[in-house]
Amino acid sequence: MSENNAIVIEGLTKSYKDVEVLKGIDLKVERGTMLALLGPNGAGKTTIVRILSTLLKYDSGKVTVHGYDVKDQAHEVRQNIGLTSQYAALDEFLTGMDNLVMMGRLFHLSKEDANKRAHELLEQFDLVDAANRPVKTYSGGMRRRLDLAVSLIPTPPVIFLDEPTTGLDPRSRLAMWNVIKKLVEADVTILLTTQYLEEADQLADKIAVIDNGKVIAEGTSDELKSKVGNERLELVIKDSENFARAVSVLANYKFIKNDEERTINITIDSGVQEIAKILSLIEQNSVQIESLSLHKPTLDDVFLQLTGHEAEDKKVEDK
Amino acid sequence: MEETKMVGLYQPQQHSKLYWIFSDSLTFIKRSLKLIFRNPDQLIGLIVQPIMFMLLFRYVFGGAIDTGGPSYVNFLVAGILVQMAAFGALTTSYSVTYDMQKGIIDRLKSFPIASWTVLTGHVVSDLFRNFISSLILLAVAFLVGFQPTASLSDWVLVALIVMLFTFAISWLSAVLGLLAKSIEAVQWMGFLLVFPLTFASAAFAPTESMATGLRIFAQNQPVTHVIEAIRALMIGTPIGNHGIMAVIWCVAIILVAIPLCAYLFNRQVSKS
Ligand SMILES: Nc1ncnc2c1ncn2[C@@H]1O[C@H](COP(=O)(O)OP(=O)(O)OP(=O)(O)O)[C@@H](O)[C@H]1O
Ligand SMILES: [Mg+2]
Repeated sequence: MSENNAIVIEGLTKSYKDVEVLKGIDLKVERGTMLALLGPNGAGKTTIVRILSTLLKYDSGKVTVHGYDVKDQAHEVRQNIGLTSQYAALDEFLTGMDNLVMMGRLFHLSKEDANKRAHELLEQFDLVDAANRPVKTYSGGMRRRLDLAVSLIPTPPVIFLDEPTTGLDPRSRLAMWNVIKKLVEADVTILLTTQYLEEADQLADKIAVIDNGKVIAEGTSDELKSKVGNERLELVIKDSENFARAVSVLANYKFIKNDEERTINITIDSGVQEIAKILSLIEQNSVQIESLSLHKPTLDDVFLQLTGHEAEDKKVEDK
Repeated sequence: MEETKMVGLYQPQQHSKLYWIFSDSLTFIKRSLKLIFRNPDQLIGLIVQPIMFMLLFRYVFGGAIDTGGPSYVNFLVAGILVQMAAFGALTTSYSVTYDMQKGIIDRLKSFPIASWTVLTGHVVSDLFRNFISSLILLAVAFLVGFQPTASLSDWVLVALIVMLFTFAISWLSAVLGLLAKSIEAVQWMGFLLVFPLTFASAAFAPTESMATGLRIFAQNQPVTHVIEAIRALMIGTPIGNHGIMAVIWCVAIILVAIPLCAYLFNRQVSKS
């Protein structure tokens, strides 16, 4: 294998009937790193994952996983991937243990290995107490963990995780993150999809923001964040009269305002002094404010700015 | 075959393709058999209705039906048995649709195995389930006055024909399972297939008494042949060509249904 990339997607398109779902996707994931595909509902995340895991045909482009073409070398691809779908794929009537042992056998482990591995994974995923209960009695978080455990039975070199933490409570989400982090440390290549910006931020080496079947931004979390500038100061103004005054007073600053909510978000480029200056301006012009807060840029900001989904009610004033 | 490079300690065993088809089938058969016992309501559901039917026809309608020879209870058992087998064989369709809806089939398709073998598991478990429910049904039949004349070898033939029939209908129902978009859909589809075949047949009354159009259908469709064949074996009515026709029909169904299943299973675009 010549290349350093475990996943390569070039010019990928896919339509259902006349609906174009993927409109030319280009992505590369370096071996042993994690890429987060970040996008809203219907962006095409699951479609990409299904194509990568050989479950779905695509229209044009070239897709290789672990050096194998997903179209022509599907069998080889399957030998090297693990897939955790968006919805847990488990046999509800079987116990957690049974599910793991069965899947282990299907990964062609020997009986002893399948059993040993099942025990290890139950331990690792904190499911020992529930091991002999039918999966239909499991909570959502337990299912998600068992589902991920199944994909890790042979620890393949490439793993696809389609929204692994959707529907989990904060504690389970943290636990899941820890498991995923360990995988990256073990040199597994991971492509993870998520709607949670924080998740991509926490876990991934690189993030690709997709919307409407296209990659609209790509880079490290910091690179993406730097696109929306540095910290921002948010002011909530008392009433519309004060609001109008504040807008004119702050005319020399870069800010985003929202008339209905009477908020003004000012981009802070040069730290504390700038904040102090703004506050004294407000004070001198006796603008009455309801609240004031300082925000570090989040991926939410990036996301909103890039996808423009909220751009209609947030008008950018650039002075 | 390129060797798999798994990161973990556990390496898959290496064997021939054919070996794995058998081994994986066995894994799936074990799974499906476990489901019979983990989900006993399904077995009970399948057995209760035929027993009610038997009691109903035996004690309520039976007196009004002229069998042209054997006592009604003796006539009836073959029909009920085959009807039960046919409805029992629909279990595969529910299981297949369930597996698709749960994403289990998708997951299996992402494994480097012949994933269609999951169907084999469901089909074989229908055989077991139908065998158990047949024994229970026969026990009840004896209680309400069933007096078969069959020898041991006749019974073996009865068992083989019912199994072959179950096997055929199960593959057909796997086709339905792969086509259906929901559990609700597969239920009415299965009902639509099995209901006319089992009621427009020689199950509850001799076909001679039916109106012409219905009679021609009833006399030539597979379920009637299967019923008449095992009826002949159990109580000694004339077998005619029913035995041969029953086997030919079942084999034909199997030969059509299995490749159809393979085609539908491998169709890449799944329906979720
Ligand atoms: N079988 C199908 N037939 C027609 N359209 C489909 C089919 N599957 C997906 N789509 C459409 O393709 C688009 C992308 O779907 P996809 O499931 O990839 O989105 P997603 O990013 O995974 O969304 P979510 O966050 O909701 O899981 C959606 O508009 C969806 O309606
Ligand atoms: Mg999705």
